[in-house]
Amino acid sequence: MKYKQGNYLILSKKTLAKEIYDLTILCPEVAEVAKAGQFVNVKADGFMLRRPISICSIDKEKGTLRIIFEVRGEGTKVMSQLAEGGMIDIVAPLGGRAFKLDQYDTAVIIGGGIGNPPMLEVAKKFGEKGTVISGFRNAAAVILQEDFSATGAETILCTDDGSAGKKGFVTDALKEVLQTKKPDVIYACGPNVMLRRIVEIAKENDIPCQVSLEERMGCGVGACLVCACRTIRNGEEYYAHVCKDGPVFNAQEVIFDD
Amino acid sequence: MTDKLAVKFAGVDFKNPLIPASGAFGYGREFEHFYPLSTLGGISVKGTTGTKRNGNLPPRIAETPSGMLNSVGLQNPGIDHFIKIELPNLKTKDTVIVANIAGSTADEYREIAEKLDKTDVDMIEVNISCPNVKAGGAAFGVTCEGASQITKIVRAATSKPVVMKLSPNVTNIAEIAKAVEAEGADAVSLINTLLGMRIDIKTRRPILHNNVGGLSGPAVFPVAVRMVWQVANAVKIPVCGMGGISTWQDAVEMMMAGASTFQIGAALFADPMTPVKIIEGLEKYVQDNKLNNLQEIVGTVKPW
Repeated sequence: MKYKQGNYLILSKKTLAKEIYDLTILCPEVAEVAKAGQFVNVKADGFMLRRPISICSIDKEKGTLRIIFEVRGEGTKVMSQLAEGGMIDIVAPLGGRAFKLDQYDTAVIIGGGIGNPPMLEVAKKFGEKGTVISGFRNAAAVILQEDFSATGAETILCTDDGSAGKKGFVTDALKEVLQTKKPDVIYACGPNVMLRRIVEIAKENDIPCQVSLEERMGCGVGACLVCACRTIRNGEEYYAHVCKDGPVFNAQEVIFDD
Repeated sequence: MTDKLAVKFAGVDFKNPLIPASGAFGYGREFEHFYPLSTLGGISVKGTTGTKRNGNLPPRIAETPSGMLNSVGLQNPGIDHFIKIELPNLKTKDTVIVANIAGSTADEYREIAEKLDKTDVDMIEVNISCPNVKAGGAAFGVTCEGASQITKIVRAATSKPVVMKLSPNVTNIAEIAKAVEAEGADAVSLINTLLGMRIDIKTRRPILHNNVGGLSGPAVFPVAVRMVWQVANAVKIPVCGMGGISTWQDAVEMMMAGASTFQIGAALFADPMTPVKIIEGLEKYVQDNKLNNLQEIVGTVKPW
């Protein structure tokens, strides 16, 4: 597989919530080979380092990718000024390990905050056999609920303050779901505190679990070794790299820091 | 491709003077997705130590104005893995292979150099300037005595061309360059990263888990040009210039300061295609200026 670096047309730009932007990019050569869980590395004008953004949805027929990002700092602020009809400079598709989907029939798919977008492509695969649990701070931050419903999945919305859906964390909702069904697999992306708890619950219930991690990146392709995360490999602690060895990891190999 | 970019550096033939810098390019495998490695003059591979190193805790990178800090801490699989797995692959790529080595002790440098001497690696670049490991590395590079000691040991351990990679975190880099020249270094490369620090003002924590790290990128370019100029004027051995080069114009400037080859690091992260763009730019520069060879510009700065 080849990575591509290029300038691609932005077909549409939407604002989904405060400071959360949704771009659809025309890049058939990337869409053709991209997989759920992979990411694109976006050039922000005037900044040294690219911003890794997970792929939310892939349309191989139309040759498009959808990416959703939140303004977190100056670089993503510059990216938020990219306009419909303009070009975006990306390196893609990146991520040596995508979500492994094929061997499973039923899944619980969990996203926390801006960890929700990469779960859409996963949900599309499972359709009615998927249960999507999405968590957000509050009603104003909620995104993608219609998209998740459109996949056919059962959707459960949680907010920290109860202003939309159920009040509480995705982990509470997960425990509730697991009382009535045992999925073949759990997929999750979101803050590390959330992932850590999900991994514990998956282990307690003996369900395979795959998590997508985030770390500050340099090259995005696996050469510079900055995006290290602690893992166990062959019984030994190993600093894997989120860009190349991930971003998706099997839950049992990740060491979550206290 | 024209041979007008060709250069003999420390006795080794390079098809062009561009070398991706150690630590920014791994062992080349990742960038081969973008262009054939034969495009490059050479590759300075990831710094290799005597045994496997896990590196520092993350975060290992922080963005800075026009640059970045890193504190990888020499994560690498060790010299035996490099020789067995990576070097045979690299040797098929039709480019000069520069083994970059680092040690915590003088013995570790000796051991690695002895092992490499028995291989078909083209050249050894000796890192005495890594700011991210506590024991060794920079400890040797910041004094003339330390730099001399490691040069002498590596020189005795191998007949391969030896390039000493110098630290900018010193009072007088030209003195260090003269010291390594006196011990038989075939060339010098500079600058390694400048020691820096960023703090998250909300948490009062340094952004890097290692607290401090090495600054690279366009921010350091003027410092690198100045140091290359000073060193090139102080020694007779050739100089490989690096530090913040991101365009062909930067490369020309670095060569005018006195570098006959140059390395590219942080610019690869902003744009992985940087080497291809720089080589194309240099080919055009040679044509436009009717040069027989790009080396004609080396050290041609006309100081006031």
